Amino acid sequence: MNVLEAIGGGALRGLAYIGGLTMQGWAGLRATPRVLPLVGKPGRWRAALRQMAAVGVDALPMVGTMSLCAGFILAMQAGAELRRFGALQYVMDTVAVGFTRELGPLLTAFVVSGRSGSAFSAEIGTMMVTSEIDALRTMAIDPIEFVLAPKYLAAIITIPCLSIMSNAFGILAGFGFMLITTRYRFSMYLRYVANSIQLHDVFIGLLKSLVFAVIIVNVGCLEGFRTRGGPDAVGRSATSAVVWSTFLVILADVFFTAIFYLVHKS
Amino acid sequence: MADPVISVENLTVQYGDHRVLDGVNLNIEAGEVMALLGGSGSGKTTVLRHIIGLERPTSGTIRIRGVDINRCSPKELKGIRRTMGVAFQECALFNAMSIEENVALPLHELTTLADPVIEIMTSMKLATVGLSQAARQMPQELSGGMKKRAAVARATALDPEILVFDEPSAGLDPIVAAGLDELILLLKRAFHMTILVVTHELASAFRVADRVAMLERGSLIAVDDKDAFQKSTQPRIRQFLDRVPDPIAESADVQDRFRELAGITGGRA
Repeated sequence: MNVLEAIGGGALRGLAYIGGLTMQGWAGLRATPRVLPLVGKPGRWRAALRQMAAVGVDALPMVGTMSLCAGFILAMQAGAELRRFGALQYVMDTVAVGFTRELGPLLTAFVVSGRSGSAFSAEIGTMMVTSEIDALRTMAIDPIEFVLAPKYLAAIITIPCLSIMSNAFGILAGFGFMLITTRYRFSMYLRYVANSIQLHDVFIGLLKSLVFAVIIVNVGCLEGFRTRGGPDAVGRSATSAVVWSTFLVILADVFFTAIFYLVHKS
Repeated sequence: MADPVISVENLTVQYGDHRVLDGVNLNIEAGEVMALLGGSGSGKTTVLRHIIGLERPTSGTIRIRGVDINRCSPKELKGIRRTMGVAFQECALFNAMSIEENVALPLHELTTLADPVIEIMTSMKLATVGLSQAARQMPQELSGGMKKRAAVARATALDPEILVFDEPSAGLDPIVAAGLDELILLLKRAFHMTILVVTHELASAFRVADRVAMLERGSLIAVDDKDAFQKSTQPRIRQFLDRVPDPIAESADVQDRFRELAGITGGRA
């Protein structure tokens, strides 16, 4: 009975969490246009720009470094195997397609989840425990529009951009490997990469990164809004935001990759 | 007699098996200062959070100028909230904004006033609470008393008809607390606001209030004018007014435990 209760309780909590994410996601998307310049509330756009700098610009060194490293690792691992078959040039395909479709969006999502997802949660969590969110509500200011919408807009604009940068850095690392092993020229490398990537690969990657952006911002903010208690609760929310958003990003990635695989096969 | 500005009818709040408020009835008339007294855990802050619409009651009704805030439309609730100012116990100032930005926030968000007008109004509000010099400072750079005054300036930014204070004197030294009391009286006199002060500070309550209500374990045990309240012979009110502790430390078990902890052996004294 206790085991059943635990399973049932866990399932109910999981459903409540997904329900909370859906409701907040919908409210956030509805409020996002009110952050846009010209059509939105004056001044709100500036908050979104600050968030874009924090989520996007500040994350670029980390995304770039991780993508360079991951690109080089992928090229070396692929090169070690492909060299045995005399097919070293396929390293370029592996890196280019692998990053555009998969690794670029995924690495970016991990970096942003660790940096900004936790920051969103900690910021909103602190506002919860210091009654700042209550103060907004009593002032008739919608916390979703004031706090969440600028973060939403910043995430859905900057995360796909960061993902493109990650692709570029990964592909650059692939060139580094080819330069060292085969003295490939950069122009030749670029030509080969351009031929191996198709437009739909780029779209798939961008679509994934857009979905990852929504997951990261939504989970980060929900964990923040669910914070109750004192400073220790803020820490727990930040940790929870990273764990849940990473888990959901991987889950969404499996889902998308399976769909695209099935579509591609048929 | 005119309808009360704030009307609480049979307010009951229950979390699981724990009843926090049990049928509280309270009316606050226009232009009066009501102090809601009570010990720790008596339910004062719960009453306040329901009056300002942050929580929904288990049962009962809260009316602000005749409108039931739990059954009105979101638009009506927004309109009611625009006429209320709340100064929270923790001040709830936005740490990422300067003091003047905090005060200007409701003006920017809820009015269509031009920026220069908002600037002038913000300066006036800050001058009213004596914080003109601290306008550019961040909340974390201010003392506790200054933060409280900044919170009052923000709460009064839209010239509300109703002002609600949650423990305004908590954590302040007597001089700063007295200054805040005078500020509450000034706001009442100058702007004819209806003010609810939730507090457990007797001196502050009797200085600012016209009437006093007292909560005890979730029930309202007195609502009276402050002079009659001070003369009350009701045992629980007298205990509160005369600062008499509950007799926990006198029980035999507690005395035995103290002796055990202190390493004293032998019979009771």
